[in-house]
Amino acid sequence: MLNYIIRRVLYGLLILIGVNLLTFILFFAVNTPDDMARINIGGKRVSADAIAKWKTQRGYDKPLLFNEQAQGVEKLSKTLFVERSLPLFALQFGASDTGRDIGYELRQRALPSLALALPTFLLGVFVVVVVSLIMVFFRNTYVEFWSVAFAVFLLSVSGLFYIIAGQFLFSTVLKLVPASGFAGGLDMVVFLLLPVAIGIVSRMGGEALFYRTMFLEEIGKDYVRTARSKGLSESVVLFRHVLGNALLPILTSTVAVLPLLFMGALIMESFFGIPGLGSFTIDAINGQDFAVVRAMVFLGSALYILGLVLTDISYTLADPRVRLA
Amino acid sequence: MSFKQIAPRALRRFADFLFITAALLLGACDKVQNNPHPAGSEASNTLFLPFTGRSPKYLDPASSYSNDESPYTYQVYEPPYGYHYLKRPYELTGRGAREVAPPQYLDKAGKALPDSASGEQVAQTVYDIPIRSGIQFAPHPAFAKDADGRFVYHDLKADDVADKHQIGDFTHTGTRELTAEDYVYAIRRLATPRVVSPSFSTMADYIVGLREYGAAVAAKDKALRKGMAPTDRNLPFLDFRELGFDGVSAPDKYTLRIRLVGKYPQFKYWLAMVFFAPVPWEAEKFYAQPGMAANNLSLNYWPVGTGPYMLTEFRENRRHVLQRNPNFHGETYPCEGAPGDQEKGYLQDCGKPLPFVDKVVFEIEKEAVPLQSKFIQGFYDSPAIERLDIGTGYIVAMGDDKKKEALYKEKGIRLPTTVEANTWYFAFNWMDPVVGKGATPAQDERNRKLRQALSIAIEWEEHIAIFERGQGVAGQGPVPPSLFGYREDGPTAFNPVVYRRGSDGKPVRRSIDEAKQLLVDAGYPDGRDAKTGKPLVLSFDYMNTSNGSKPLLDWYARQFGKLGVQMEVRATDFNRFQDKLKKGSVQMFLGGWLADYPDAENFLFMLYGPNSKAKTDGNGENNANYQSPQFDALFDRMKVLDDGPQKQQLIDEMVQIVQKDAVWSFGYWPTSAAAYHQWIFNGKPTQIVRNHISYLRLDADLRASKIREWNRPVWWPLPLLGAASLLALWPAWRIWRRRERETASRTLAGE
Repeated sequence: MLNYIIRRVLYGLLILIGVNLLTFILFFAVNTPDDMARINIGGKRVSADAIAKWKTQRGYDKPLLFNEQAQGVEKLSKTLFVERSLPLFALQFGASDTGRDIGYELRQRALPSLALALPTFLLGVFVVVVVSLIMVFFRNTYVEFWSVAFAVFLLSVSGLFYIIAGQFLFSTVLKLVPASGFAGGLDMVVFLLLPVAIGIVSRMGGEALFYRTMFLEEIGKDYVRTARSKGLSESVVLFRHVLGNALLPILTSTVAVLPLLFMGALIMESFFGIPGLGSFTIDAINGQDFAVVRAMVFLGSALYILGLVLTDISYTLADPRVRLA
Repeated sequence: MSFKQIAPRALRRFADFLFITAALLLGACDKVQNNPHPAGSEASNTLFLPFTGRSPKYLDPASSYSNDESPYTYQVYEPPYGYHYLKRPYELTGRGAREVAPPQYLDKAGKALPDSASGEQVAQTVYDIPIRSGIQFAPHPAFAKDADGRFVYHDLKADDVADKHQIGDFTHTGTRELTAEDYVYAIRRLATPRVVSPSFSTMADYIVGLREYGAAVAAKDKALRKGMAPTDRNLPFLDFRELGFDGVSAPDKYTLRIRLVGKYPQFKYWLAMVFFAPVPWEAEKFYAQPGMAANNLSLNYWPVGTGPYMLTEFRENRRHVLQRNPNFHGETYPCEGAPGDQEKGYLQDCGKPLPFVDKVVFEIEKEAVPLQSKFIQGFYDSPAIERLDIGTGYIVAMGDDKKKEALYKEKGIRLPTTVEANTWYFAFNWMDPVVGKGATPAQDERNRKLRQALSIAIEWEEHIAIFERGQGVAGQGPVPPSLFGYREDGPTAFNPVVYRRGSDGKPVRRSIDEAKQLLVDAGYPDGRDAKTGKPLVLSFDYMNTSNGSKPLLDWYARQFGKLGVQMEVRATDFNRFQDKLKKGSVQMFLGGWLADYPDAENFLFMLYGPNSKAKTDGNGENNANYQSPQFDALFDRMKVLDDGPQKQQLIDEMVQIVQKDAVWSFGYWPTSAAAYHQWIFNGKPTQIVRNHISYLRLDADLRASKIREWNRPVWWPLPLLGAASLLALWPAWRIWRRRERETASRTLAGE
């Protein structure tokens, strides 16, 4: 298994280089360093001299991918791409284009992101699994019919609607939680109740239907018949035997995204004013802050690769028949 | 134990839980649950404000120029001058300076000239500005000294600041008295190659020797940086005390002397901007130490000033806090104002010490829905402290919706309005062969008539009614009301090319038939080229790519359609639009301008030939690239005149030239409105006075009681929801019981 993991990590490095190159090309295909300088300096009285100064201070005055002025290997190394990409692999994120330390921002924002994403994810998985198992338990009854209909309804509604309706209902009408905001320590709970609940509800429809299908597939298998013939109650059959055997596809859809929880929830953080990494990324895209965008894309890709490796490892734990080689 | 045995007990426990929860909730009935601020803070003397989008990028006084930075910079820094808070037209007063100093004019021989000297006579203008004595800087670690008088934090290593990211992380603070040298230091610093200052290129044209000084500073900086990469952030201290120039000096401790080339009356307004705020050398030395920049410790984030407030917390895109500066020298609320201010209650705090509010908390609010919701609930005292368009939005909403009108009235929201020095215009690019200056005199005349016809066709009154909900006035020229030069009985208030006088003397837009006749004269009868018969298609570059702007663009197309002219929209993003302006490749575009200072020159300079955007590689603000030797000659004369009849005469003439040339279709002057809750007093709307936060008074007790009244939690739907869920669970429970009892064969049969 160790060989397998090493091989996957090496593949991952290649993917990271590719993602980094693609991000670089895409970003500079639509933005020139002059554009970035203009946006950063501001609207009025932006002189050509000011733009040149801004670019020099941040190293954006260098050629993007090939330096004709340099000699030998420096033709490639003295370029914006190499100078900005290499430190990333040592997790040196440097400064944002506005001059702020990206590493510090990441450390500051990881906790709020996790505080929102982790309960949303864990509670979400728990609720969805339970709901889908109940749907399976009540199969062929009107409870199943209406719960499927309700799940389709939940699936059809836009995520944005849940946010706006949730804020309106629970903050404006019922006045039970703040519409948005964030605080440190235990005070954060009151700010997280609504976004976590909305995060769970908005994903419940689609995922409950998906898990229900998986459980229904399992329920027709021989081992379920054997369990029933042993005289086990239906609930034990479902929650112990069926759930255990349906874990593999659940792991596929959950473990892979686990490391990505650090990256935050883009829309949710923005609407609820949670100062996490999701809103950090959105701000960087809006402000054309290439330094932050490349750092976040790099981090996101690295975490995704890590998630996939973890998924493979989790298979071996969930199903002893799986061997990684 | 099976589920069958567990379930009844679980149900009983759930009922107990519901009962206890209900009891707790009943106990908490009166407590405000949706308060986003710490409990009890609503009763403190703290102003709660949102900021949208992102944190301010530049708090360094040399760089700061954006509207969203001004709530911080103008409260922390004190430039020599400011504006009287209440008087209109705006009147300069001293801030760091004791008073507004009259300029002294000198001829080429250095001899004093009378105040009435013309611009041609004046070789130099000298401002001797008296700085107030006894002003202390706000507490800051840069000033902290030990018992031996040595600076505590001026010899730090990178390791010493490794764990410091907020200015409050430094234990010791100190202060010292402000002197004229601090202003001298700040003005010298505008020339630094280390900071981008939007003011440098303009000021280098006027302050004696500043441009050359910039070159000398650049050379010194280059020597200091020898062997370092341009991107290196741990730069050695560049001390401006060691290098001076003639244009700016401090003849004594409390006199700031500035020498200008020639005469530039508008310079006094620049002295009210933070570009001229004092910078203590200690702060520069402090922030130049290794590791500071990497930890976000710089003037850009942690300003050092003498103003009524100091920045004590800066969490990017999250929260900023201004706190009362304990060393503030003290000012009092004005006792005089504009006519009507007494009736509006703006003079009730006459003579009281400023600032009124102890603390100002700014919190991020990226989306409009929660911002609006929290303002209505009373958790924000104003939805936007630095902008006046939000208040206009509330007025528009009240006009559209009776429920909202009732709600805002019930909440006692104050929406004081004003017409500020602000304009929107539709411009024709002078470099374009069709709508700009023609290649021959005949073509030039035809193009002018085309622009005049289009100016008549674009019915701005309708635009204001539809898109601004009546909150604005159709523009008549480039100079908006509230500035010297605008007069109701002059050309600034009546454009004869587009309007004629009605029977009541008011302007009435000329008919579309007159526009059509102009179009015929221009060589485009019915919107077709008279020679080729091809339809006239004009392109409109619009800086917005969202679908939301479609109704507006359709409206513009309809205006052109009245003449049979086709309009092609080229929607573009900010950067592409700026590129096109820089290259002069646009044909028509929409532009806007908010005054830097209250002088007609600040609007007319956008039509001054040498300021052409395309001809100055993007450095000028004349986006239409308008060129008129006659206008330019008048502008050159006008800009060196003090307010008076001669200046008025020149402004009138310049306005008439651009009205005839119709290089802009003068769009509209929007009405502006502030928005405050009923517990905020003295909120006079303004976009020119930037240090207005210190004048705002807050009734915290009223706020606390209103917040309690408006935010009583509504609990009853929760038990109802619980009961409904139980009811829904009952049939499910029965099915469960049945399933648990049935045999495997029955289950299989069911499948």
